[in-house]
Amino acid sequence: MALLQLSEPGESAAPHEHRLAVGIDLGTTNSLVATVRSGMSVVLHDDQGRPLLPSIVRYAADGAREVGYGAQVHQSLDPRNTIVSVKRFMGRGLKDIAHIETLPYDFIEGEGMVKLKTAQGVKSPVEVSADILRALRERAEASLGGQLTGAVITVPAYFDDAQRQATKDAARLAGLNVLRLLNEPTAAAIAYGLDNGAEGVYAVYDLGGGTFDISILRLSKGVFQVLSTGGDSALGGDDFDHRIFCWVSEQAKLSPLSHHDARLLQMRAREAKEFLTLNAEAPITAKLSTGEFVDLKLTTEIFKDITKTLVQKTLGPTRKALRDAGLSPDEIKGVVMVGGATRMPQIQQAVGEYFGQEPLNNLDPDKVVALGAATQANLLAGNRAAGDDWLLLDVIPLSLGIEIMGGLVEKIIPRNSTIPIARAQEFTTFKDGQVAMALQVVQGERELVSDCRSLAHFELRGIPPMVAGAARIRVTFQVDADGLLSVTAREQTTGHEARVEVKPSYGLSDDEITLMLKDGYNHASDDAFRRALREAQVEAQRLVEAVQSALKEDADLLSTLERAHVDSCLAKLQTVLIGDDRRAIDNAMDALSKATAEFAARRMNQSVQRALAGKKMEEMENL
Amino acid sequence: MTLFDLETVRQDFFSLFGLPRQQGIDADRLDALYREIQARVHPDKHAHLSDSDKRMAMQWATHVNEAYETLKDPLKRARYLLHLAGHDVRLETNTAMPTAFLVAQMELRESVVEAKDAGDVDALDTLLRRLKNEVKAEFDNLRVALDEGNLEHAGALVRQLMFQEKLLNEIDDALACLEG
Repeated sequence: MALLQLSEPGESAAPHEHRLAVGIDLGTTNSLVATVRSGMSVVLHDDQGRPLLPSIVRYAADGAREVGYGAQVHQSLDPRNTIVSVKRFMGRGLKDIAHIETLPYDFIEGEGMVKLKTAQGVKSPVEVSADILRALRERAEASLGGQLTGAVITVPAYFDDAQRQATKDAARLAGLNVLRLLNEPTAAAIAYGLDNGAEGVYAVYDLGGGTFDISILRLSKGVFQVLSTGGDSALGGDDFDHRIFCWVSEQAKLSPLSHHDARLLQMRAREAKEFLTLNAEAPITAKLSTGEFVDLKLTTEIFKDITKTLVQKTLGPTRKALRDAGLSPDEIKGVVMVGGATRMPQIQQAVGEYFGQEPLNNLDPDKVVALGAATQANLLAGNRAAGDDWLLLDVIPLSLGIEIMGGLVEKIIPRNSTIPIARAQEFTTFKDGQVAMALQVVQGERELVSDCRSLAHFELRGIPPMVAGAARIRVTFQVDADGLLSVTAREQTTGHEARVEVKPSYGLSDDEITLMLKDGYNHASDDAFRRALREAQVEAQRLVEAVQSALKEDADLLSTLERAHVDSCLAKLQTVLIGDDRRAIDNAMDALSKATAEFAARRMNQSVQRALAGKKMEEMENL
Repeated sequence: MTLFDLETVRQDFFSLFGLPRQQGIDADRLDALYREIQARVHPDKHAHLSDSDKRMAMQWATHVNEAYETLKDPLKRARYLLHLAGHDVRLETNTAMPTAFLVAQMELRESVVEAKDAGDVDALDTLLRRLKNEVKAEFDNLRVALDEGNLEHAGALVRQLMFQEKLLNEIDDALACLEG
């Protein structure tokens, strides 16, 4: 493609303005924020020089809210109000949560998702995550000296729609403009691939604090194409801690533990696990509130033995992902290790044996995801520099389907389909004069609805009354580049647009988010107003620049009349964007977007045409 | 330069990639063109542009993905060619298949169930490979039938292959079940 130096649609941003964008790794155990500075991806540290933010939030009885290390010191003293590993609860109901009996929280079953009762009222996992994200946003804004244009937030590749939606809600609640939800192993692959100029098929084995992902990617000429992904969104380093915790309880023959003691032993278990990475045995000592004293030695052999099944549990999805990609282990060029839990020697050994090669450990497994996310954020924000011309093609991890007769699932979009993707399906009425019908959308691989996760109930209303079987309702399922689903429906025979009532089994409505945001700003409404205005202005300025540069390149695609219309809408937006009337800015942006819709379509056509032409020229050259 | 719009392209995935409308396909070329076109239309390349650009990008990328999925997979490609030729494969109504084929398939299915019940991963693996080889040979026949314009025969082969594909998926699920 060097032959045709086209200016691409994506490159039209004004080069001088650097937009502040960050990548956030919202981890089970620790979270990080990174950005691209002078072409280099760097993790942003807190004011004490620490890169990590423990993913822990404390809602103290005195009204204080602490996030990170400040909250961590209280985890065994105030376990009920100190929330750790909240990621495990995102988009999850009570019955989904493992070892719930050992957790010190007051759970309440919320609508589709658990909630936690704290000294500061009932908190949803979304709100707790938002507090972590807000701390990272504040860190980034202080460090970069300005308001963020947007953020890429990473999620486990195996997260389903409910977990993704919850993460996006949390980010919005934290006042972040979400540029993209990015799969963690894919983020790692970007960081690894760009750093090493890698080409070929790679596996990313990502074992975090609470989630496991395996992704198979093909890296070729700047395109990161995910071939398949698999995993377990409830398997991680925490489970290894839990096995040690159980072993300790058994060995020391402890009486039932208080929440305080349980949390203390869990901390000791984690420390022992980390100690065993470099040592052959780890001492475990603790003085419990009952006066009992724990004094044990955990050897590598025992540790391996009690966690053997957990290690095996990661190999099942690994085999499946390879099979889905149509590959065998020996066809994998390299295995990139991600996540703190991959430091465990038994993991390294099992992965090495399965793939028949030494895993790649030349990246910091704690930071690589955030660094990759920052690179992607930089690109999406429009800070494109030379050599940044890469593209990511990701997949949906779990099949989407709908309930058909008898509680069976019909798959609409199979797992590992490249996103964005859309599929349409036709439905009909089964009663004369039926004007509404209900559909259930599920996600998962099993044949029975009850074995899959219910994502949403849709009600199609306003179907014109007809005899049974005559109506033809076309339902379109669209999964966007974030891996999130949306549904639209239309009655085909009459062209009547049926109203789709989306009742998600989880997630927050826009109104709820707005309300929560307002609550958060209750004493600073001016702040909220100024922030919103500033955001609209930035957005408008970006649109102005995009249109100007498109006009500069492809003005010939517009007739004189069309050009005049675009120019007038452009001038209008430029006038209002310096004022403080947010509604006027929004309206002028809408008008300009509409005026340029057809122009955008023609530019896109031309660009695709050029791709084909470029390929032909390349081939002629090779003759 | 003639522009093609979404509607025109939607009618023929082959022309989107500038490929001849036939079953035999240059897979490397398809891969390369797919990546090249996605590199231009993907929403990530338009993330900082106007809403209309973003919407357009999403539609295009979705469409290009669908076209690629259809052409990449030989069975989907064949069904698509038959569809373009106006030939109805009648999957639901025409279930007649040669007796020898049905007997062989039933035997194979029984072996799969046996291996699954016995938890024999290796046996399943062997069956998977065997079936894949058979399918490969069928695909060669299918290509010839399509090239010769023998749509009736091609349709019959497509129905058989869909049957076999379903069995392949069942073996796959059985393996996943045993490994999980």
